[in-house]
Order: sequence, then C-alpha cells, then structure tokens
Amino acid sequence: MAATRNVQPFNWLLLLRSVAAWGVTLLLIFPILFLAATAFKTELQAIEVPTLWFFTPTLDNFHEVQERSDYLLYAKNSLITSVGSTLLGLAIAAPAAYSMAFFRTRRTRDILMWMLSTKMMPAVGALVPIYVLAQKTALLDTVWGLIIVFTLSNLPIMVWMLYSHFKDIPAEILEASRMDGAGLWGEFRHVLLPLGMGGMASTGLLCLVLSWNEAFWSLNLSAANAGTLAALIASYSSPEGLFWAKLSAASFLAIAPIVVFGWFSQKQLVQGLTFGAVK
Amino acid sequence: MNRFIPRALMAPAVVTLFLWMIVPLAMTIYFSLIRYNLMQPDVSGFAGLDNFEFFVTDPSFGTAVLNTLLLIGSVIVITVVGGLGLALLVNDPFPGRGVVRMLLISPFFVMPTVNALMWKHMMMNPIYGVFAQVAQFFGAEPVDFMADLPLLSVIIMVSWQWLPFACLIFITALASMNREQLEAARMDGAGYLQQLRFMYLPHLGRSMAVVVMIEMIFLLSVFAEIFTTTGGGPGDASTNVAFLIYKQALLAFDAGVASAGALFAVLLANIVAAFLIRMIGKNLD
Repeated sequence: MAATRNVQPFNWLLLLRSVAAWGVTLLLIFPILFLAATAFKTELQAIEVPTLWFFTPTLDNFHEVQERSDYLLYAKNSLITSVGSTLLGLAIAAPAAYSMAFFRTRRTRDILMWMLSTKMMPAVGALVPIYVLAQKTALLDTVWGLIIVFTLSNLPIMVWMLYSHFKDIPAEILEASRMDGAGLWGEFRHVLLPLGMGGMASTGLLCLVLSWNEAFWSLNLSAANAGTLAALIASYSSPEGLFWAKLSAASFLAIAPIVVFGWFSQKQLVQGLTFGAVK
Repeated sequence: MNRFIPRALMAPAVVTLFLWMIVPLAMTIYFSLIRYNLMQPDVSGFAGLDNFEFFVTDPSFGTAVLNTLLLIGSVIVITVVGGLGLALLVNDPFPGRGVVRMLLISPFFVMPTVNALMWKHMMMNPIYGVFAQVAQFFGAEPVDFMADLPLLSVIIMVSWQWLPFACLIFITALASMNREQLEAARMDGAGYLQQLRFMYLPHLGRSMAVVVMIEMIFLLSVFAEIFTTTGGGPGDASTNVAFLIYKQALLAFDAGVASAGALFAVLLANIVAAFLIRMIGKNLD
C-alpha cells in the first residue's frame, strides 16, 4: 500500500507477492483444471504416463457417459431436487422470517437460536430413523423424499438468512403501506417482495448450491430411480482407472455450473454458513 | 394486526423443524434401547444398554474415535493456518486480485464425491497419478495412498475442500480492519511480524473461533469422501464415527447398535454447538 503511493522505480515486493498469490491459487485449483482437461481425452490418453499435456480434444466421453449410465436422468434428478427444495424452503422460510423480523417478541431470539441448533445435529445421527421412515412411507429412492430431506436440512439457514435481510427493511415503509389500507397480501406483493428480492435471491442461490452438492442423504436414500449426480459419481468409484476419462467428463459436467455459481455467491455463502457471525 | 397472523406465518417453519428434530431423536433413543436388526425381524424386545455396550466395546470404536479426532484436528490446523496465510497474501492489492479471490474459493463448491474420486484417481493413483509422477521425477518410490496412507488421503481431500472456506472468512474479516490504525502502527515503525502479532491476529480471533467451530460440526460427519474412496479401510484405518454408524446400520443392518452410536455422535456435536450458539447469540442484536 504505502509503496504504491511513494513513486518508486520498481516494486520487488509487489512482484513477489503477485507471483506467490497466483502460484498458490493455480496450485490449489490445479485438480479442477486437470479434471476438465481429462474430460476431453480418450481413455488411453487419460492414464498415459508421463501425463499428456497436448492432445486433440474429443467429445466422445460425454456421449458415452450419457449412453452408458443415462447421465441426463441423474442431472434431471439433481436439478429437480435442488430447485424443488429451494422453492419449497423459500415458501416455508420467507413467511417465518417476515414474521420474526417485523413482529418481534421476546421469544423471537430463542426461536432463532433453537432453529440454528437443529442444523448442528450431525446427519448421521438421524440416518436410521429417516431411512426407516422413508421406507415406511414409500419415499425411499423418490425425488420427493430427497426434496423433503434437503428442504428440512436447509431450512434453518434459510430462515436465518432471510431474517437478517428482512430486518434491514425499515418497518416504517411497511407501516405506511398498512396505513394506506394494504392488506397482508398487498403488503407482501408491493412492499416486501420488491425490497426483499435481493435477500430471497441470495438465500435461494446458497440453498441451490448446498442441495446440488449434498452427498450424505442422496447416497443413503436414493438409487437408480431418484439418484442425483453426487450419487451417480459415487457409483463409479469401483472400476480402477479404467473409465477415468468418462468419469472426468461426468464429474466436470456435475461441478462446472455450481463452481461458476459459487464464484458469484461467495459473500452470501459466508454469511449463510456462519449464520452472520462474521461480517 | 392481531397476534394470530404472525404466529400463523411462523408455524410451518417451526412445526416442520420441530418434527424434523424430535421424531428422529425419539426414534433413535427408542431404537437404541431395543433389539432391532433389519435382517432379523423375529429378534426383538428390550435390550437395555446392550447396544451401547456393543458399540463402545467394538474394537472398531476406539479406532473410529481416534480417526475422527485426527481427521478433525488435522483439517482444522491445515485450513486455519493455510487459510490465514492465504488471506494475508491476497489482502493487499496486486494485479488480478479480484480474479484470484474468485478462483480461490472454487474447491469449496466441488461436490464431495467428485472431490474424492478426483484425488483418488488423478492425484493419488500410484501408477498414473500426479503425485506418483512427481515422485518418479525425483527418483523416489511412488506411494500407494489408498492402501498405505488412507487416513492422510482423506485428510488431504477434506482440507482441500475447506481451506477456501477458512480463507474466505478470513478475507471477509480482514476487510473490516481499521486501516488508520494499521497505518499509524506502520508510522510508528511496527514491522510486519509485530503488525501480525498485535494487529491482525487479535482482530481475527473471533473469526478463527467461528471457523474452528463450524468446521468441527461439519467434519464430525465426513462421509462421502470415505464412502467413495477407501470404504473405511483397509480394515478400520480410515473409518470415522460417522462411517462406523453407517456400517452398523446399512451394512450390518443393526439399527439398534447404529442408533446407540448415533446418540454418541449427537452428544459430541452438541458440546461444540453449545459454544458456537452462545457466540452467535451475542452477535444477534
């Protein structure tokens, strides 16, 4: 900082810092870049030693992944479960957050803390009961079963994030609209929705990312019927290397949209995952 | 407006979450006290504390607890130290800082099953993996990570995923540092180490505590990385408590013993959560 203000011929420290930062970053994301490259190799090229750095890219893996394991079905399941649980979660969490932000009582704080504490229960603690319940209600290996479980496990974070967004909307605006005779629906439609849209969007985005990547429940509650991409990719874990290029293609498609999503929602992610403890 | 509407709006969230908490908990407590094997429906009845005894005296239990602690401890040390260093490195301006910060977070968004398989096949494979080639380049013997260092392999995968998380939180916290104070310290001739010791670290104390506690809660139930790579093996070498419970429940079909183990995991998580919740609560108003 200070160095850039003083006029100096050349800043060695800045150069060193830039090289170090870029170097570490590229090293850190090297596995992802390498995975992306492998997705466009043939199976033989993928396991060639020493590693092949220059090759003619091929799209065969993508075709074959679709043909062999019906990739699109799993992608569809991932999309349905993550979008479904996001919408359902918003529908349940938004009214609750609204009520907590604008009709605060002495118990609001306790309710928020209690909701938070449910998120801290390890998922494995509920594995047997949830499995048995899903089996008894015929929700095992159905997208609805996953939607319900994803929604419930994300609900505390969603209420929490929406609450902190709604709290920043001045209560006077809502009161003014009430004075003008707006009903609950009108208040929601004309005041809360436009003002709270940003909060809803970032909460939804975070929930989408979390559900898409969720692995514990999708591995244990879904199979060939409702399996998500996370489960599909786990099912490839047995063949040693033989299908590595195809697996790379499947993995690349599964993570690319979310990683790009993540780049633009990292601030919200920090807030959501730390429950606002770090500002 | 009367008091009914606010409550009605809150009800769906409160009721569903309450059920989500209490039903599995009650069932887990109940299952943990009865004989309940999914493959032997005719064996039933009250078991007292037998399930707990079986889970705790299982030779795998000690290994699993030790592995869980090793996993959580190593990942926390790696991510906090590494994340802090990285955050300080990218804190001051340099060409492409925005892009670097954006790219840095990428590993956190890679789904755990992809993360695990990517490391297993691409980086750690003893024949064509990147590490093996690097080792051979230096004339060393390639390491068979999955067979010889299974727990370390899982630690590397999980650390890779959580390092960006810690880093991102430290970056956020560093952004709220008082610039003038720092400037003043520099004017007074404070060296970089002194600034680090007396300015940066005290400021970051709180976010460090948050990182440690949140990682503890999530790392307690690391599952997908183990499930997709080592399967808990060889033997129990990379089995943690979460995976042991899974093995009891869905591989040995013993729901009773698995439930006893689950209560143990819940107890562990609650101890951490109590501290975390108290801390967040202070920040709420």
